[in-house]
Amino acid sequence: MSNSLITTPDVQSVNADGDQIAIAFEHVSIAFEENKVLEDISFTLKRGETKVILGVAGTGKTLLLKLALGLLRPDSGRIYVLGHEVTSMKEEDLFDLRRQVGMVFQESALFDSLTVRENVAYPLMEQGNVPPDEIEKRVREALRFVELEHTLDLFPGELSGGMRRRVAIARGMITHPEVILYDSPTGGLDPVTSTTIVELIVKGRDVYKTSSIVVTHRLQDAFVMATHYFDKEANMMKPLKDGSRRDVHTRFLILRDTKVIFEGTAAEVVASKDEYLKEYLS
Amino acid sequence: MELISPTDFAKEKVLAIQDYASLAGHSLTNVFKHPRYLADTLQQADLIGVGSLPIVILAGFFTGAALALNTSATLEKFGSISLTGQLVSLSMVRELGPVLTGLMVAGRNSSGMASELGSMKVTEQIDAMRALGTDPSKKLTTPRVISTIVMLFFLSIISDLMGLTGGFCVAWALLGLDANQYWTTAYQSLVFQDVIMGLTKPIVFGFFIATVGCYYGLTATGGTQGVGRATTQAVVTASVLIIASDFFITRFLMVALG
Repeated sequence: MSNSLITTPDVQSVNADGDQIAIAFEHVSIAFEENKVLEDISFTLKRGETKVILGVAGTGKTLLLKLALGLLRPDSGRIYVLGHEVTSMKEEDLFDLRRQVGMVFQESALFDSLTVRENVAYPLMEQGNVPPDEIEKRVREALRFVELEHTLDLFPGELSGGMRRRVAIARGMITHPEVILYDSPTGGLDPVTSTTIVELIVKGRDVYKTSSIVVTHRLQDAFVMATHYFDKEANMMKPLKDGSRRDVHTRFLILRDTKVIFEGTAAEVVASKDEYLKEYLS
Repeated sequence: MELISPTDFAKEKVLAIQDYASLAGHSLTNVFKHPRYLADTLQQADLIGVGSLPIVILAGFFTGAALALNTSATLEKFGSISLTGQLVSLSMVRELGPVLTGLMVAGRNSSGMASELGSMKVTEQIDAMRALGTDPSKKLTTPRVISTIVMLFFLSIISDLMGLTGGFCVAWALLGLDANQYWTTAYQSLVFQDVIMGLTKPIVFGFFIATVGCYYGLTATGGTQGVGRATTQAVVTASVLIIASDFFITRFLMVALG
């Protein structure tokens, strides 16, 4: 087990490096009735960094995202998001903070009675002070980013699974949030569509410098993110050349049996001698 | 089926009442807080008010007509057939108008709210709303509660009028009563207390219909089956609350207004 790679932030370090840290979990535990799901989880997400959370089904990956957004409260521990301690904030105060964080849900969670235009515009409409012309411009820009500008007037029910996921990404990105949380963005999609989604995440990371947490159980997606960069001029994702010193700011965090068992880069996880990790990667 | 201990059952029920009370309380206090969703409130008012108009008109008209028809035989025995207008008027305004309208709207809208919000809940749309910085209580519950209260108030007045019209049709066409006689007794028999009672009830009923519908919708679990269960429970609970609260409001206002 690569214990040495696991970071354990404390309150002082989070406060001291508050400007550099987007999200910090400190000794967070949560259980449902007698069933412990997460136990003593600690990690940090630096600004501009992408943290890929891996683990088998039922290890609490999605739960981590819901905790970060304050949609659920941990039994113990503290969670900081953009310098705010969400664990002690009232639900009413959390709404302002959540507007600064994008979230892409596992099943997209688009509002099915609204068109694609209205869905993507929703976060801006909620701000209440954005002129309609500006909203229209930014909706088109966000949909162009995910290459779905032609679906403006369609309803989510008229889109394929992959298209819905891309619309959800557009909705998550339209306010240019500092942090985006992706919950299994490629789950249940075909390989080609999955690559498109991963490319969008890499584009967000390299073009907008967005910090993000990506929950996935697809190892290939995690490694593509860690070994590719987005070429703005070519408008496509390209693999890092051998020996390249380019830092793609992507780190892995692996959960097992309620705990973090690994945190580090793609190269470090591949080099790990831990038996479970070897089996997991194979 | 798994057996549940009496303690757990009691705890579950107390927790449900606490959650309902919290939702109902917030739905009212949100009126004084920003943001206010006026467009959503107007949309709901259209759905609830205008959408329920045909059934309320029909139910009110035929209730008044049946009331006149059923009571005419008894009134005739005492030579008091001329009081048909008074009887229909008092029954409709004090009791049948608000209660029947409440039950109609509960059947139509409480179920609609529970199924709509329940579907949103099970497809994570409520979580998405919270994640996007929107308070579902302000965006979904308050507009429904306000529009149901306001529209049920007016729908009850329409129902009363339609009931009186139905009663008049029967009294004039089948009982041979004079139009002037019917409307004069109907109008003159009503006193301030009757009108207050008839207009207070829809406010309370509207509140129950919307809060119960929203509560069951927002707490729905278990996929499509859970949504179906929430819808049924919403209609049953709202209907029982309307009938039970009707008794207590009547008693309270009779004592309070004398």
